[in-house]
Amino acid sequence: AAGLGLTAVPARAAAELEPNTLEQIRNYNNFYEFGYDKTDPARHAGAMVTRPWTIRVDGLVERPGDYAPEELLAGLEVEERIYRLRCVEGWSMVIPWNGVELADVLAKVGVRDGARFVAFETTVQPEAMPGVRRRVLDFPYLEGLRLDEALHPLTILATGIYGEPLANQNGAPIRLVVPWKYGFKSIKSIVRISLTAEQPPTTWSRTSPQEYGFYANVNPHVDHPRWSQASERRIGGGLFAGRIPTLMFNGYEAEVAALYEGMDLVENF
Amino acid sequence: MSAPGSVAALPLVQRLNGILRRLPAWPLYPLGAAWMAWLFWRALSGVSVEPIDWLERAYGETALQLLVAGLAVTPLRRFTGLSLLRFRRALGLLCFAFVLAHLTVWAILDVQALDAVWADIVKRPYVTIGMTAFLLLLPLALTSNDWSIRRLGGAAWRRLHRLVYPAAVLGAVHYVWLARGFAIEPLVYLALILGLLALRLPRRA
Repeated sequence: AAGLGLTAVPARAAAELEPNTLEQIRNYNNFYEFGYDKTDPARHAGAMVTRPWTIRVDGLVERPGDYAPEELLAGLEVEERIYRLRCVEGWSMVIPWNGVELADVLAKVGVRDGARFVAFETTVQPEAMPGVRRRVLDFPYLEGLRLDEALHPLTILATGIYGEPLANQNGAPIRLVVPWKYGFKSIKSIVRISLTAEQPPTTWSRTSPQEYGFYANVNPHVDHPRWSQASERRIGGGLFAGRIPTLMFNGYEAEVAALYEGMDLVENF
Repeated sequence: MSAPGSVAALPLVQRLNGILRRLPAWPLYPLGAAWMAWLFWRALSGVSVEPIDWLERAYGETALQLLVAGLAVTPLRRFTGLSLLRFRRALGLLCFAFVLAHLTVWAILDVQALDAVWADIVKRPYVTIGMTAFLLLLPLALTSNDWSIRRLGGAAWRRLHRLVYPAAVLGAVHYVWLARGFAIEPLVYLALILGLLALRLPRRA
């Protein structure tokens, strides 16, 4: 892991963040393929096969094909990024990711003119995934970003946490991390990356369009229809932990607000 | 073998009822209190990295289980003859105690601010529904004693306590409503409760 000074994360902001323990990060997960209880992923994800692993890169790219994660990462420096993770359910963690900028990976495969969005897809392994067998959601899990969001230096593909390879329940072997968006945007265990001209469908916005939008930027001023988003509880504080105020764009406003200039964030939630 | 023939000849249900008649109902109260304290202790001692949510759910689910148990008493007696009637008051009061504990954990440990609690009750339908169920159960808990039955008279008391039917449905809907995606457990509770209520519908001859 490279020093923080090399990253796009302002060192000052990162220094204030106290990362959660690996134990906490690995035992409180949303990974609906393994069930909807927060402890289901830790219980079941061990059965997921992560090797060999192939990521299909297709759509509007110069060099489409089936890549191993190592091929996509070759020559890129894996950095440490200490990011806040804010779940749409109202809890949060701080996670020391190891990863590479998605922009660097996209540069390798070559983004063609006309590409405006990036679509992602999670693996589906029914024998290993009780949630898939029970059809908890319409799988495969799909996510997407606007191209400028995908190319933003804060957006990474993570392969590790605390210098260790990702645990399966955290999205092994490779996952997206978009720290200013609700956690469900940071799709896990990616098997497909497509560059598209049209906005791709995403699982949660398809499941419940009035509750989850395509953008899903962390925003304390725009409530979820069923609960407030003004505050959050940091995991690990115990039974008497207080709530903390949720920050606009999860605290990354200075870095990303420009992406949404002139956009109505209530309309585009 | 050594039992007198007259007792041995009694059907199983009657023998069970004989045993149940001799069991006191009061131990259910300390048992319930101990269970509540045990759940609190587990939340305190690291059962989950998010113990507030865990405890809130544990108390809420226990309340639903006690609600189902209480609603099962009448159909059980009607269809099998087994009578747990003597334990129903304890089941109901314990159910209310767990609803109260669930509500307290939510308001004090989870939301933590009175204005936010009120905002949630008014703005969030699943909270509104849960709170309505609680308010429906409140008079039932307050009148679950012999004095109130005498005071109200049996017929009026029974009419009042039919409020448990809407309360149970609302409690289950409250649970169904807060799930993201397709969750099975809340639907199982809803189905059980609707089923137990359906058994009470008057049958047409």
